[in-house]
Amino acid sequence: MNRITRSKIIDQLFKYFGILCTSIGLIMLAALLINVFSDGFGRLSIDFFTALPSRFPEKAGILTAWTGTLWIFGLTILIAIPLGVGAAIYLEEYTRKGFLSNVLEINIANLAGIPSIIYGILGLTIFVRTLRLGESVLSGALILSLLIMPIIVVSTREALRAVPKTIKEASLALGASQWQTIWHQVLPAAFPNILTGIILALSRAIGETAPLIMIGALTYVPFVAKSPLDEFTVLPIQIFNWISRPQAGFAINAAAGIIVLLGIVFVLNGIAVVIRQRARNKIKW
Amino acid sequence: MTQIHSDTSQKEAQSKVKLSARNIFVDYGAEHVLKDVSIDIPEKTVTALIGPSGCGKSTFLRLFNRMNDHLEGFQRKGEILIDGEDIYHDQKHLEELRETVGMVFQKPNPFPKSIYENVAYGLRIRGVKDKKRLDQVVEESLIKAALFDEVKDHLKKNALSLSGGQQQRLCLARSLAVDPSILLMDEPASALDPISTAKIEELVEELKKKHTILIVTHNLQQARRVSDQTAFLYFGELVEYGNTEQVFTQPKEEQTAHYIGGRFG
Amino acid sequence: MKQKTRLAEHVIKMILFLCALVTVLTTAGIIWVLFSESISFFQTVSLKEFLTDTEWTPLFTQKHFGILPLVSGTLLTTFIAILVALPVGLTIAIYLNEYASKRFRKVIKPVLEILAAVPTVVYGFFALVVMTPFLQKIIPDLPGFNALSPGIIMGIMIIPFVSSLSEDALFAVPQSLRDASYGMGATRLQTVFRVLLPAASSGIVSAVILAVSRAIGETMIVAIAAGQQPNLTFNPLESVETITTYIVQVSLGDVPHGSIEYQTIFAAGAMLFVLTLILNNISFQFNRRYRQKYE
Repeated sequence: MNRITRSKIIDQLFKYFGILCTSIGLIMLAALLINVFSDGFGRLSIDFFTALPSRFPEKAGILTAWTGTLWIFGLTILIAIPLGVGAAIYLEEYTRKGFLSNVLEINIANLAGIPSIIYGILGLTIFVRTLRLGESVLSGALILSLLIMPIIVVSTREALRAVPKTIKEASLALGASQWQTIWHQVLPAAFPNILTGIILALSRAIGETAPLIMIGALTYVPFVAKSPLDEFTVLPIQIFNWISRPQAGFAINAAAGIIVLLGIVFVLNGIAVVIRQRARNKIKW
Repeated sequence: MTQIHSDTSQKEAQSKVKLSARNIFVDYGAEHVLKDVSIDIPEKTVTALIGPSGCGKSTFLRLFNRMNDHLEGFQRKGEILIDGEDIYHDQKHLEELRETVGMVFQKPNPFPKSIYENVAYGLRIRGVKDKKRLDQVVEESLIKAALFDEVKDHLKKNALSLSGGQQQRLCLARSLAVDPSILLMDEPASALDPISTAKIEELVEELKKKHTILIVTHNLQQARRVSDQTAFLYFGELVEYGNTEQVFTQPKEEQTAHYIGGRFG
Repeated sequence: MKQKTRLAEHVIKMILFLCALVTVLTTAGIIWVLFSESISFFQTVSLKEFLTDTEWTPLFTQKHFGILPLVSGTLLTTFIAILVALPVGLTIAIYLNEYASKRFRKVIKPVLEILAAVPTVVYGFFALVVMTPFLQKIIPDLPGFNALSPGIIMGIMIIPFVSSLSEDALFAVPQSLRDASYGMGATRLQTVFRVLLPAASSGIVSAVILAVSRAIGETMIVAIAAGQQPNLTFNPLESVETITTYIVQVSLGDVPHGSIEYQTIFAAGAMLFVLTLILNNISFQFNRRYRQKYE
């Protein structure tokens, strides 16, 4: 066998290795889904959604968890979107290249890389203790908002940057002010991409567990939160709680809870992908 | 460099000076883009800015509506006067300035909105809500830009669905809607086919009855066809400025003759 | 009207600036919180003990404050994760960039991204309930809590980080370099290993370091499946506790606010913060280097 044929064979082999590696992730994902569904699907019922937590696995439900997740989701939307999009607009449209913009940029990149549990420590000290918001929904939403803010800033800036400069110039040349240009032209044009980034960030927030454990969201909460200052729990925390129990029944509950959580996360990601694809197909500058 | 004045015909000599540049220097960072340019432009005429790429024509044009202000590293010395007033004097007048000075860009750049909303945009950002007035201005502007007949039945259609030539006329209509007295055109036909180009040129001829027009062009025949005065810029300096016929037939400067000759020859 | 618009412009700019300021305040807040509490901690425990003592038992009566067992637990699980994610992620990047069709790439990329979107508590469950029992079939003595199983799962979680960032780096290599190599009669694989990987190396290094930082900061997978026993070991078959797990453990317990036990989470948090901060910034430097090279 000559040298060239050998190289070609190795090349082919590597191709199959590539396919194998690409499938490993998918195989794992499939294994995970199959396992979770076979364990937990039978547990899904109306009762499971409407029952409070309980010491008996077969009586326990996720009512407090999913309502808490809904609370957190809503409040995080209210806090994180204006903050993140606002900061991104400022950085992209109002600052000129220089020392300050450099510092802000490096800072945001660093924030995006800080482990989520550190945000939990921050929240515990600032929101729960110093501001006396307690172990409340509001504290949780504030922590998660700070946590996903860098993600929203980065993706929003990319979306703003993708709007052609010619559109901005056309608007400015007509006498529109900078904000009018941003509001009437730049934001609508960038909207689908901004939205995609926001949804992905929210999907991250929905699945976060560690920072909320830090502020005590694991404590037994036998009621549904009625105001932002009430104590709460969320789906991932409820799942974690069940995983840590020794009884087999709770493992089944955990699997069922995971089905619900993954359902939410996958739906959000799916929406984001669809919006991105549609935006790509629609506007051709 | 005030020694270079328009070698004007009698009619133009009588008309009033609308735009002036006085000893204009422009730098981008370390790069000198314009060097001591002075020029007087009479009202309701068409002035063509010609010169090789990178000679500073676009930068010069964009001084008159302060579009360079948004660019990184832009620095200017000297005065730009409109009706005798220095437009760089006061930051606050930026929006009003651009109401007086319209601009059409090199590449058609309609907003990704309906045809109607494109034309109405200038009024809307000035707070005009009256539907009748908007309808009227949109129609008039589209008529002035010779686009109305082609689009009157689908004003709600997205502007991006128009052809390149139509888009450029839409951009013109969009500028005209706020009734500017001055129109800046930055190679408005460079991205268009010959038929669309001819339409734009006809429009320029028509529009100068009411507007003072500055047009940057690469196309020397076009400059000759549409303009009353021609200014030749070379490496940031104003080499020659005068009556278009004179500049093209009897240029005073050797560089002008070279450029024009080279292009024609 | 004009006056009003202008005022509004200023107010809006101010509000947007305040939004941007929040990011700075967050960083400042994190640093302040971690270090102010850590300072009180280090008034009781010497830095030397913290960094050299080989036992970590703040919650026992016989207290030791050596962070090394937590650091070793963290590094061990991270090392296992990278051992999985680096070869797989890099191979995926090479395969998608140089071998796969455009259509396949378009379909597979969002699917791979899903791996990064799955909540970590779910991965933790998977490690504990599926991976560990599976490994126990191969290694019968493997305890229920061990470093290997969560390490592997964490590796799978960070595959998309390694693959997508490496892919960007490979993509940035100019086509002319590929053409030159193919022009000399090289196969794809030869081109990849002799031309593309060296050319994209800073981007790939950047990706790997970022993945390491990610693994070090990961909490739930290890908290669920690695155990809660501080253990100075590099044996993947033993139960270990990571820095993050320890912080969770303390916050789950009933540790009085202001006590030395409470302060340990800030000292541990500061350690974690410093580690990830250093890694992230090394990664940015490499990233910047390759961007400067080809953009």
